[in-house]
Amino acid sequence: MTAGASAIAATAGGSLLPLAILLPALGVLMSLLLGGRRAEWIALGLMPVEFAVAVAIACLVWRSGQPLVYTLAGYTPPLGIALRADGFSAVMLITAGLIAPAAALYARANFATPPETEKRAPLVFWTLLQGIQAALSLVFLGGDLFNLYVGLELLTFAAVPLVSLDGRPETVAAALRYLLFALFGSVFYLLGVALLYGAYGTLDIALLAPLVRPEPAVWLAAGLMTAGLLAKTALFPLHLWLPPAHANAPAAASAVLSGLVVKGSFFLVVRLWFDVLATLPGVIPGTILAALGSAAILSGSVLALRQARLKLLIAYSTVAQIGYLFLMFPLATGPWAADAFSGGIMQALSHAFAKAAMFLSAGLIAESLGHDRIAGLSGAARALPVTFLALGLGGLSLMGLPPSGGFAAKWLLMKASIEAGQWVWAVVMAAGGLLAGGYLYRVLAPALSGESPQLKKAPARSRESVALALALVALLLAFAPPSFFTFLQIGRPAAGVALQ
Amino acid sequence: MTSATLAGLVGAALVGLGLYGLIANPQPLRKILAFNLMGSGIFLVFGIVARKGAAAGLQADPVPQAMVITGIVVAFAASALAVALVLRLFEDTGQATLNPDAWTKPPDGGAGAE
Amino acid sequence: MSVLQALDIGLAFLVFAVAAWTIFAPGAFAATVGYVVYGLLLSLVWIRLFAVDVALTEAAIGSGVTGVLLIGAAARLRAAETAGREKSLSGLSRLLVAVLCVLVALALAGVVLLLPDQGPSLAPQSMQHLPETGLGNPVTAVLIAYRAFDTMLEKVVLVLAVVGVWSLAADRYWGGAPGEARAQRPEPTLAFLAQILAPLGILVGIHVFWVGADAPGGAFQGGAILAAMWIIVMMARLTEAPQTKAFWLRLALVAGPVVFLAAGVAGAIFAGGFFAYPPGFAKPAILFIEAFMVLSIAVTLPMLVAGPPRREPRR
Repeated sequence: MTAGASAIAATAGGSLLPLAILLPALGVLMSLLLGGRRAEWIALGLMPVEFAVAVAIACLVWRSGQPLVYTLAGYTPPLGIALRADGFSAVMLITAGLIAPAAALYARANFATPPETEKRAPLVFWTLLQGIQAALSLVFLGGDLFNLYVGLELLTFAAVPLVSLDGRPETVAAALRYLLFALFGSVFYLLGVALLYGAYGTLDIALLAPLVRPEPAVWLAAGLMTAGLLAKTALFPLHLWLPPAHANAPAAASAVLSGLVVKGSFFLVVRLWFDVLATLPGVIPGTILAALGSAAILSGSVLALRQARLKLLIAYSTVAQIGYLFLMFPLATGPWAADAFSGGIMQALSHAFAKAAMFLSAGLIAESLGHDRIAGLSGAARALPVTFLALGLGGLSLMGLPPSGGFAAKWLLMKASIEAGQWVWAVVMAAGGLLAGGYLYRVLAPALSGESPQLKKAPARSRESVALALALVALLLAFAPPSFFTFLQIGRPAAGVALQ
Repeated sequence: MTSATLAGLVGAALVGLGLYGLIANPQPLRKILAFNLMGSGIFLVFGIVARKGAAAGLQADPVPQAMVITGIVVAFAASALAVALVLRLFEDTGQATLNPDAWTKPPDGGAGAE
Repeated sequence: MSVLQALDIGLAFLVFAVAAWTIFAPGAFAATVGYVVYGLLLSLVWIRLFAVDVALTEAAIGSGVTGVLLIGAAARLRAAETAGREKSLSGLSRLLVAVLCVLVALALAGVVLLLPDQGPSLAPQSMQHLPETGLGNPVTAVLIAYRAFDTMLEKVVLVLAVVGVWSLAADRYWGGAPGEARAQRPEPTLAFLAQILAPLGILVGIHVFWVGADAPGGAFQGGAILAAMWIIVMMARLTEAPQTKAFWLRLALVAGPVVFLAAGVAGAIFAGGFFAYPPGFAKPAILFIEAFMVLSIAVTLPMLVAGPPRREPRR
């Protein structure tokens, strides 16, 4: 009971948590109201503040070694709503706080507003980008399952119109399909929430965790909520919406969609299984999730090999890399659990940075060459060295070659799976790495040889630097000190507590 | 069988019907209708949970009722966005289909200009 | 079998039958009309569940405004239906999907039947804290006091939906007005309905909002009624939709969430926590916030129904 009480008691510095959500929300409202160029200024002006808040939250969590908690409106759960920041939340907040501004800086060239007028695409872009930030903050910090549903809806409504931003029919169809899958996901999630409330009378994660028993209502809720979240995360076989949506969106939007938005629903799958349902016997569900993940890795990589367009190849690569995230689930209990957890998070982080870097680079390539056909890329690396360097370094992380965050992630996951005796996941990861090498070779090999093509326009050095910086972060994650992994464990229930 | 249980069973049936419509019907507008149906079925499940939580002089637990009200508003907003997408698709192309052959460029497509 | 039981069973069958019609009807327009009927029947079911606030919301928003949206869409898509190049699922796939849906429905029905008669409930706690809020309607208290954060963020969701809908305009129409221009000679029946109904509806809407503090009703229901009145007047073409670049329109759209957010921050400064109310001052603050919410809802819902701008901006 004391553990439950301390989990819902507000902690010092907790006021930062609502601020992380309210600042971008205010940005959305002010951007629509004031319009024109001011939307861009508000977005760019608030981003450093939001990053500072994310860093402050992380520092407070690190200093206290406990999750940060805040109860809203002065009413404690179960009647009120709580926000909670553990190590995983803080790290994801910082990741979002870095990638969103990077995409914003890159996008200034695409979505500039002339003075005195307001144009459609810039206003929509700057407003929705802040909407994504608000939604992600809510998803990472929410401690109440219905509050998280509102966060999921916020995320969907902010992300879908970004896909159809340039108005071509293919993008509108891709956005519609994305919306339908996302709505399917939301209603399934909501149905699970209804069942959990019916069973236990509360939706607060910390209060639910000790109450949950393996009864039919809980199993059905778990299945429904997971299926819904998998549709939003585009895990095989519910991934059909992702490649056309991410490949046809503007480059900055694709970076945010692949790097951050799909991580939001993945974050909730982890919250669900590791926090709310931690006492359920998780071997069979975990194995099912990892099997789907393996199918995603293999099918996504093979399909990436067959793509003719660079952006579609990168999008199918996202489908494959999302599969790696789910290999941590069957390894959630036992002495290797901490490694598996760290590996999964590290995969989420390094993929976010690497994929964002790759989409921004692909955007620069498409703008400079006038197309993104892989067949037409020969010699392009001579003409666009920095851009291809960013693309290559991001690819390094995807393949899992050292030194990169992707290597660290796969190393941890392989270690955990071999120690657990579930070596099949290690084989899948090795195969995935080889296939990733294959599709990256398809792009980089012709680019590095052959005659340098004519550039329609040279990319701005600042935009190339942004893409390169993101790729370097993905590499630097390899050098995370052991204290980083200790930080990730803040807020985890004691390892191995789940029933088996 | 109380009215609440009956409503809950109807809700379960509506979820099944709506899910079938969402997956099986190829027209986007029918999918949107089916999504709304499914949503209202889920709200009925909240409703039976609320009714079973009658206590303290209230006939139904107010918290699930508030969640349903929020859900109805969000479902309307989602329908509005989806309808706007369908109508835009129709205006641009004369058809409103999600048929993937119409929109995904074939894997070896040569006309892949950005 | 008492009259009420017979009513319940009849209502259940009717709801299911109309829902099945909505899914399986041959034409989209017929299915949409069926959906509106279904929504009204559903409101009756909600009344039988003693959730009157929800019944009002379902009738106003779930069936009413959504119905207008979908019927309008179905009418415009009639041409697409006849030219339909839809690839229907094969018979085997349909069967598999049907089996899956039946399984989901059965599992859900099983869990519903297993629910205990007296389940865990937050009703006692809601009533316990009700006096602090000064309200008499516990549902309103949940929406604007206990779970105010949810409601405020949901208003932001509505704003994002408007931005999303507007984003689908062609570049040259950005800032212009959606819908059609005001008609020189509006259709007489529709105009008559609008002229009679709108003033009454506005009064009813304001009343439903005001009375929602202590009885069933509230900002969402009242705002939806006001929205419906504006939609009727626009449909009758007695007035035209405003330009989307108009500052007053944008102010009305964001006023609700901005005031709510500001009140939340003020709560942190004056009442010890974000979205908390100072003791003794709660009811006036809640009504103040709700008034702006009604304004925003009354403006947002018609804008979502009207769709993206379709005429060039003037000036």
